[in-house]
Amino acid sequence: MSRAGVLAGIGAVAALAWLPVVVRRDDHLNFFVLVLLTVTLAQSWNIIAGYAGQVNLGHAAFFGLGALVTRSLWIGGAPVVAGMLAGAAVAVAFALAVGAAAFRLRGAYFAIGTLALGEILRITVGNVLPEISTLPTDVIAGYRLATRYWIALALAGLSVLAVAGLSASRLGLGMQAVREDEEAAEATGVGALRLKLVALVISTGLAGLAGGLFAFYHISYYPAHPFAPHWTFDAVLVTFIGGVGTLHGPILGAVFYVFLKEYLAVRWVDFHLLIFGALFVAIVLLLPGGLVEAGGRLRAAWRST
Amino acid sequence: MTAAVLLQQVVLGLLIGGLYGLAAAGLSLVFGVLKVLNVAHGELIMLGGYGAFWLFALAGVDPFVALLAVVPASLLMGALLYHGLFAWVVRAHEETRIKNSLLIGFGLGLALHALAVQLFTADERAVTTAYAGAVLDLGGVSVPVVRLASLALALAITVGLHGLLARWRWGRAIRATAEDWEAAALAGIDVRRAYLLAFSIGTALAGAAGTLVSVGYSISPSIGLEWTLKALIVVVLAGLGSMLGTFVGGLVLGLAEAVSATAFGGPYREVVGLLIFFLVLVARPQGLFTR
Repeated sequence: MSRAGVLAGIGAVAALAWLPVVVRRDDHLNFFVLVLLTVTLAQSWNIIAGYAGQVNLGHAAFFGLGALVTRSLWIGGAPVVAGMLAGAAVAVAFALAVGAAAFRLRGAYFAIGTLALGEILRITVGNVLPEISTLPTDVIAGYRLATRYWIALALAGLSVLAVAGLSASRLGLGMQAVREDEEAAEATGVGALRLKLVALVISTGLAGLAGGLFAFYHISYYPAHPFAPHWTFDAVLVTFIGGVGTLHGPILGAVFYVFLKEYLAVRWVDFHLLIFGALFVAIVLLLPGGLVEAGGRLRAAWRST
Repeated sequence: MTAAVLLQQVVLGLLIGGLYGLAAAGLSLVFGVLKVLNVAHGELIMLGGYGAFWLFALAGVDPFVALLAVVPASLLMGALLYHGLFAWVVRAHEETRIKNSLLIGFGLGLALHALAVQLFTADERAVTTAYAGAVLDLGGVSVPVVRLASLALALAITVGLHGLLARWRWGRAIRATAEDWEAAALAGIDVRRAYLLAFSIGTALAGAAGTLVSVGYSISPSIGLEWTLKALIVVVLAGLGSMLGTFVGGLVLGLAEAVSATAFGGPYREVVGLLIFFLVLVARPQGLFTR
């Protein structure tokens, strides 16, 4: 990452940290929390799918595990940060437990295998914990949105840093080599399974943290809800539309996605999915680099005129 | 728990298993011939179900008669989807093809789901004909007549498809393309047309399955993912290449679900199928093409 990029990043985070002081309306601040949560989730998926090339369609399982553990520990009296770290640890532990088996699968088989894993977890959690989880009244009385916002900002910053670090490092280059051609990478001495597991650990750790934020942020929800496949699908749509395997793509995608989702939800339920589903198909077919590639092409066209 | 309860569960499991088989037949045909994994297959089933539902609700058409309209309409929709989307994908190399088709199916599925919510609302619906409640009593085991008819129709359609692939000129062309498309092309087969036919027939099978689902069971815009997964499980269990084998695979899944629901409780019926699916996949990581 260039020095200018680092400075711009620090400036953006500092400016965003001021936001709760300036923005007085909760609905506006909520919008930013959702954007930051989506950035974190999308970047976490971007690491395993965009960099290591493993299309994980069970990503919601790790988000859900983070939410489940954080919620129980936090309501049980533990500090929320400790709960979130424990949630991330459980998500990573589960990832390592199934990772070795799942990585025997290649390409599309990995995708449908992980989709099945995610559904197994969602159904099981829904069966074991069918009751809605609502915060106790004293916690609701002391609820401060700004705290949630700052945690969301920290997580989004962390996820962007992780991707920035990866794209510049030997580790990230190795992952991209595995993504492009696993056999060729192995032949040149890259340990594909080890790299895929490292990517999975970073990816699911961040997803677990994002789930922890969800548990800290939402007042009441069904425990199975964060395991729902639409969390995975959100991450996939945002990452692809922004630009899969890029640093800026998931950020752009998240802003665009949450904006349209919140704006359209006022009038039409789920209408954003019609637009994004179609946009996603168009991007896979015509513009595999997403918005980032579109921006690059526009700039190139601008320069050549 | 008595043996009668288990027997009842087994019968119900086999009845829905026939629909799993029919749902999987379309997916298997498309996957085997085009090497395209259409994860929007469940949404195509959902649309077929709505076709039958609205024909019944608005025009009073009997759902079994509605098949005569839903199947050709699905065939046409399949041709449109092939030309609009999947014809782009089949140009790529096989591994890229599966991955891209998965992504496109995923986007298509989301869009169709959202479209169905807009058009039909998220409500659960079912076709309730005058004879919907009729039940056959076979020595203490009750067999719902519509579900039995659905199973028989699913079997008839599968046998018909098997015959079509074995006898019809283009059926044999489709099978040759599935076996080795390069050799098929060298032998003078129009591979693109075989792709188009296989995809359209696959979509028509989804439409037929959806119609039968809307009669004996229920439909809503969100059933797509569930049916895609059922179809995938059956394809993994049964392998590719034989439509009759796929139908049997569907019955096996229905049976496994029924037994596990009796053993572990109803809510876990889905989990067992998915677990089998994951384990079979991991045990055969080289993929589903091996026979």
